[in-house]
Amino acid sequence: MLLRPEALHIPDGFLTPLVAAVGWALAVLLILTALRQTQRQLGERQVPLMGVLAAFIFAAQAINFPVAAGTSGHLMGGALAAIVLGPWAATLIMTAVIAVQGLLFQDGGLLVMGWNILNMGVFTAFSGYFVYRLVQRVAGSGGAARMAGAFAGAWVSVEVGATATAVELAVSGTSPLSFALPAMAAVHALIGVGEGLITAGALASLTATRPEVVRSGQVAPGRRGAGFVLVGLLAALLVAALSPLASPHPDGLEAVAQAQGFLSSGRSAPFEILPGYLLPSIDNPGVATLAAVGLGTLLVFVVAVIVGRVAARRTIDTK
Amino acid sequence: MHSDLTDQYRPGDSLVHRLDPRVKAVGALLLILAASLTPSGAWPAFGLLLLILTGVGLVAGLGPAFAMKRAFVALPFALAALPILFTTPGDSLLRLPILHWPVTAPGIERFGSLLLRMWLAVQSGILLTAATPFADLTWALGELHMPRPLVAIVSFMYRYLFVLADEALRLLRARSARSAALPGRRRPPVVWQGRVAGGMVGSLFLRALERSERVYAAMVARGYDGQVRLLRRFSMSSLDWAALAAGAAAAGLVVLAGHLR
Repeated sequence: MLLRPEALHIPDGFLTPLVAAVGWALAVLLILTALRQTQRQLGERQVPLMGVLAAFIFAAQAINFPVAAGTSGHLMGGALAAIVLGPWAATLIMTAVIAVQGLLFQDGGLLVMGWNILNMGVFTAFSGYFVYRLVQRVAGSGGAARMAGAFAGAWVSVEVGATATAVELAVSGTSPLSFALPAMAAVHALIGVGEGLITAGALASLTATRPEVVRSGQVAPGRRGAGFVLVGLLAALLVAALSPLASPHPDGLEAVAQAQGFLSSGRSAPFEILPGYLLPSIDNPGVATLAAVGLGTLLVFVVAVIVGRVAARRTIDTK
Repeated sequence: MHSDLTDQYRPGDSLVHRLDPRVKAVGALLLILAASLTPSGAWPAFGLLLLILTGVGLVAGLGPAFAMKRAFVALPFALAALPILFTTPGDSLLRLPILHWPVTAPGIERFGSLLLRMWLAVQSGILLTAATPFADLTWALGELHMPRPLVAIVSFMYRYLFVLADEALRLLRARSARSAALPGRRRPPVVWQGRVAGGMVGSLFLRALERSERVYAAMVARGYDGQVRLLRRFSMSSLDWAALAAGAAAAGLVVLAGHLR
């Protein structure tokens, strides 16, 4: 089927009204900034360009390829949009996509749409864009570095979106952090590979056919404030993730889970898809997974830089 | 093709169809809020909300089970909340056969309430889109002070949704047509397939970009100056005010029933 619900579209009822309201407040702030930024760069082209490209992202999400055992790789699109169009334009486009998915297809709730916009629009766009630029800055701006950066950026963007979703569910008491975080992070570490391959492939085909679209960087760059937004959001995420755990009376769920040995049985059982995903030396599984996600992200980044450098050197040698 | 893809609207001439879209949007949001505010285990409140939503569906001429059946779309997400079955403190009713995780009575209550909240909220959204044309809905959102450019972008996206979805389908069909495989041969590697899918996405992007340029040129030729102007299609009648009051009262009643136990 063309339209399938994605794992990151939070439905209504899964977040408490307070958490949902915080999400909307943050989202409104960022959407207004995105509107102003793209308006400044695009002028009266803003509406037709952003509208048609939002329809593009929606349609591109239907393009998939089989990975293994019935799962398929497909695109969320935030990182691709940010790499080609710039993070603010991507934020706006993803907002439109998520709004239509929620309003028209009930794919994601209305009260919780603020968080859905942040998870799938803002977090993916800014983290993907940031990693892509960083890889290019470190490994050079050759074609290989660009592909490696696009893959790493897309993978990280999915992982950041999934981590954020898990944290929001945990803060709302819908799913304990010690389950939601490892499960979401592990599953999306695999999904991110599909996202990365398609994003890099799309960028490669764009570079081959219309290099000026990619080389001019972005249709609507607007890098101003992008770094602050990313750092601020990630810091907020970290604080939110640690707050229920840092309190002297841990979440009732966590306490019971620990008391009943749920965590130890859970850790060895179904959701440890990537062995060693939890770092053993840290006691709190939530914090451990957060650290593991950070380490994994760093690893992907380093590999991307190395691949970009080696491949760049090889192309120079053969010339 | 794809009227099912782009249009969730069920044409009709019922009372619900004729209401001002602003009333319907606010009413649907209030009912979703009521579902979110209902505490766990408040079964009468959930029942009342289901009754209200079914009533709206009946008045709208959609039949009693229309929204109920469609609201199962969000069910896969419930997987994320499954662990609260086991982690909520309480007497364990049974243990899973192999893992020995205890299922507690309060856990079932919380999980069941969560599913109900989601199911009822989705029904409210389904009724809204089934009885309101999307163009009216975006108009209403603009009138309710959603930023005008964003409303225009969402309307544009809706306008070109099926055009680009059809392009994507043509790309997918072309790929299938070229992807013959001999039985027993190994499938091509995942990275290669990912690159092919990426190429399709890239080509779709270029088509969308070029289309947006043509659309913009056509708009300028017709006098577009960067301002999106919308006709004023509805005005609030006394019936609309009454419906709004009834919606607010219904939502309030559900929340009240949830907290009076």
